[in-house]
Amino acid sequence: MTTHYLVLSALLFAIGGIGVLVRRNAIVVFMCVELMLNACNLAFVTFARQNGNVDGQVIAFFVMIVAAAEVVIGLAIIVTIFRTRRSASVDDASLLKY
Amino acid sequence: MEPAEILSHAGGGAISLAWLMIVLPLAGAAILLIGGRATNKWGHLLGVLMSVGAFVVAALVFLQLIGLDPAQRRQSVNLYEFIPGVANIGLLIDPLSISFCLLITFVGSLIHVYSIGYMSHDPDRRRFFAYLNLFVAAMLLLVLADNYVALFIGWEGVGLASYLLIGFWQYKPSAAVAAKKAFVVNRVGDFGLLVAMFLIFAQFGTLSYAEVFPNAAQASQGVQTAIGLLLLLGACGKSAQLPLQSWLLDAMEGPTPVSALIHAATMVTAGVYLVVRSGAAFFPEGSTAGLVVTIVGVATLLAGAIIGTAKDDIKKGLAGSTMSQIGYMMLAAGIGPAGYAFAIAHLITHGFFKADLFLGAGSVMHAMNDEVDMRRYGGLRKLLPITFVTFFIGYLAIIGFPLLSGYFTKDGIIESVMHHNAILGWLAVLGAGITGFYMTRMVVMTFFGPKRWDEKAHPHESPAVMTWPLIILSVFSVGLGAYLILSNRLLVFLAPAVGQPAELPVFHPFSVPGLTTLALVAVGAGIAIAKYGRSEVPVVQPRGSFLTVFARRDLYGDALNEALFMRPGQWLTRLAVFFDNRGIDGVVNGLAAGVGGSSGRLRKIQTGYVRSYALSIFVGAAVLAGAWFVVGTL
Amino acid sequence: MGETITFWVLAVVSVSAALGLVFSRKAVYCALMLGVVMLSLAVLYAVQDAPFLAAVQIIVYTGAVMMLFLFVLMLVGVDSSDSLVETIRGQRFWAIVAGLAFAALVALGIGNVVFAPATGLGAVNAAGNVPSLAELIFTRYVFAFEVTSALLITAALGAMVLAHRERLEQRATQRELSRERFVKYGEEGIDPSPLPGPGTYARANAIDMPALLPDGKISKLSVNRYIARYEAEEGTIDPKVAEILEGEDK
Repeated sequence: MTTHYLVLSALLFAIGGIGVLVRRNAIVVFMCVELMLNACNLAFVTFARQNGNVDGQVIAFFVMIVAAAEVVIGLAIIVTIFRTRRSASVDDASLLKY
Repeated sequence: MEPAEILSHAGGGAISLAWLMIVLPLAGAAILLIGGRATNKWGHLLGVLMSVGAFVVAALVFLQLIGLDPAQRRQSVNLYEFIPGVANIGLLIDPLSISFCLLITFVGSLIHVYSIGYMSHDPDRRRFFAYLNLFVAAMLLLVLADNYVALFIGWEGVGLASYLLIGFWQYKPSAAVAAKKAFVVNRVGDFGLLVAMFLIFAQFGTLSYAEVFPNAAQASQGVQTAIGLLLLLGACGKSAQLPLQSWLLDAMEGPTPVSALIHAATMVTAGVYLVVRSGAAFFPEGSTAGLVVTIVGVATLLAGAIIGTAKDDIKKGLAGSTMSQIGYMMLAAGIGPAGYAFAIAHLITHGFFKADLFLGAGSVMHAMNDEVDMRRYGGLRKLLPITFVTFFIGYLAIIGFPLLSGYFTKDGIIESVMHHNAILGWLAVLGAGITGFYMTRMVVMTFFGPKRWDEKAHPHESPAVMTWPLIILSVFSVGLGAYLILSNRLLVFLAPAVGQPAELPVFHPFSVPGLTTLALVAVGAGIAIAKYGRSEVPVVQPRGSFLTVFARRDLYGDALNEALFMRPGQWLTRLAVFFDNRGIDGVVNGLAAGVGGSSGRLRKIQTGYVRSYALSIFVGAAVLAGAWFVVGTL
Repeated sequence: MGETITFWVLAVVSVSAALGLVFSRKAVYCALMLGVVMLSLAVLYAVQDAPFLAAVQIIVYTGAVMMLFLFVLMLVGVDSSDSLVETIRGQRFWAIVAGLAFAALVALGIGNVVFAPATGLGAVNAAGNVPSLAELIFTRYVFAFEVTSALLITAALGAMVLAHRERLEQRATQRELSRERFVKYGEEGIDPSPLPGPGTYARANAIDMPALLPDGKISKLSVNRYIARYEAEEGTIDPKVAEILEGEDK
């Protein structure tokens, strides 16, 4: 079963990655990032069971904490940008270029 | 007899105050230039005063000098330690330098006085006098210096003054160009003088006359000759000798007093002074350098005379004559102690009668609304009697009419050269004949014949301030030659400075060369009278034969310079510019453009879109996964 | 057997929800899809002997994080649906190629590995999943745990700083607001009173009766247009209401 879980994890990760790359709404992009983090967590949990220790679960726990912090900050940034630019599109914030 | 030893002046008397000679006119120039318009009213008077003051000092120094024993007549006055052990600013008071000082300050003062009248209508008269004073100061420094460094400072000073005065009417393009040309050609000569100084320093470790001249014989023959030839190059530049003669004719663009003072009487003789001053050391009798000097002298005296025959511009005719007469001096200076006294004698008398002639020409121009074309003169002797008489005396002096100045000095040169080298002597005789032709032509076209000027000109005699200098100069033109040459007065006087030949020359009034000279001059004058006095002179210049055009074009000297130096130089410059633009700049710019262009393209990768960056990260992750897979299966 | 069924069901559900997340135009749908994925994963955690993580997943992710997402969506504008037209040339193509290649390669890589039968967490979880996790967190990972607390505080502070907006002028007082309302009334005729609900000051307790303002006028805002038009067709309209309707038609 381990293989199945890992392949599912890889699939979800790839889908999340594609989402990050093709979506322009910053909030949706963020959701896709969360999806990728969750896919990683699935792999961690799977390996924890495979190896018979809970270290993997601990790491997944930390990932969740970090993800929560990241979401808070990220969404605050999105709100700030939206407030000044009236747009939540990641393509609009492209001033830092050639 | 060898020249006397140079003694250090013990102090006392006018000799200790000799520096005033230089400082007075220098102060005059400084006051007039710094004072600006405030000095406009009395500036010309100050200029004259300073020049006369310099003359008074020179006269006092002269009086003290002739009171000394001949063996002590070379006194060096140290003023300031300039470059310790190499060159001090010091003055050498000896018969040679004091002769020059008297000539420069006396003729210079007369020309200052004359200029008051000549420049009276010029708004910039004050500036003119400032430059004249500057010139006098620099020229005096040149001849009084007791070393080559100070001499060079004076040398460049007179070059600067000459440049400023030729281009005095700088709004005239021809004057500006002539000034530039004089400056550039003189630089070629200065280059020779500078290298000569380098060689002297390398050889003797000093540039002081007192230490160089006695030791000159210790240097090898080759070095001595090289120094001599380089000094000659400097002399050629300053004295308008072949091949650096081209600037003098154009220099006539300056005001006429300038032509009289600088480009006839004094500055252009600086080359002769240099040769005579260094003569015992670097142009000894029978040396190669001396021979080259004589050849240059003869070539220039003939070239100048030929140019003089064809010029219709009265000042350019006189300029050709100046070249020619300086050629005589060079010729005499080249043959060694036997010729020095005659060279200097001719230099002094020429200073007087050529200044007389130039100022006379200036007076004529003043009368004719600055018309310089002799074809538009004619019949002026009745209207300008004083000018005519003085000019005529100068004319007689220069062609060597018996008993006038030129007769004694030129004849002395021809005689002494004849003893030295018969071919050069006969060429000099021929030159005298041509002199007779072109000077007669000038006098006939200007003062005789029918009037050829148009109705608008109202010729009038010049004011007294201009005629008195003419009268004084003409008086000296009459008697000075006889005084200097007869009983070898100048030769004996100069002996402590330049040495004297073993046997003193004796003046033969009826020698073969002397009589031939007189006959040739008479023939030349006769031809001129026949050609220009008997028949109508066309007002418009006729086309002329090939030879006439050849002379009129200054013997194609300018064309030669352009073909030999200017055009190859231009091509070289163009080549260098091309190479610089295409080669060096091309590589540098190409490299920069390459970097810039590729950066510009590379820059486009930075789109500013976060998603593009994320894509590159993700592709990288995919590639890593691929690599992991490949490595894992291996 | 039970686990296999659970896995396959949840795998299908989570992958389709993930795809839905990527492809639905409306952000709210995306959020819901993400919620589905997270819940499925929570169940999968539970299946894999990680009940604590499953609980945390539901509480933290589906509870807190998803709510936060939805709040921000409301703030930013929930009805702003994404345009799906790609503006960066080649972006979508290469994103999909890279994504598929990545998934395929990782899946192939994992597929090539032969795993020993899973050890399982039975022995470790003998005293319960939470105590064994707690033991690790407070022993081996205690330092990381402390750091995460610092991280969380920093994040909270950061969010406050970022979301805070500086007030640049004095807050308007009641008096000023009231004065402003009456100035508007005087200049533009905008009613100074608060907006009435339908039926306020109604003479009849009915939806078809327009509300009256304190001065007895009919509030235009409370006129129900559908009913008014019906009444106009029937000819039973209140003349005051008809006046308002005519004014509107102009």
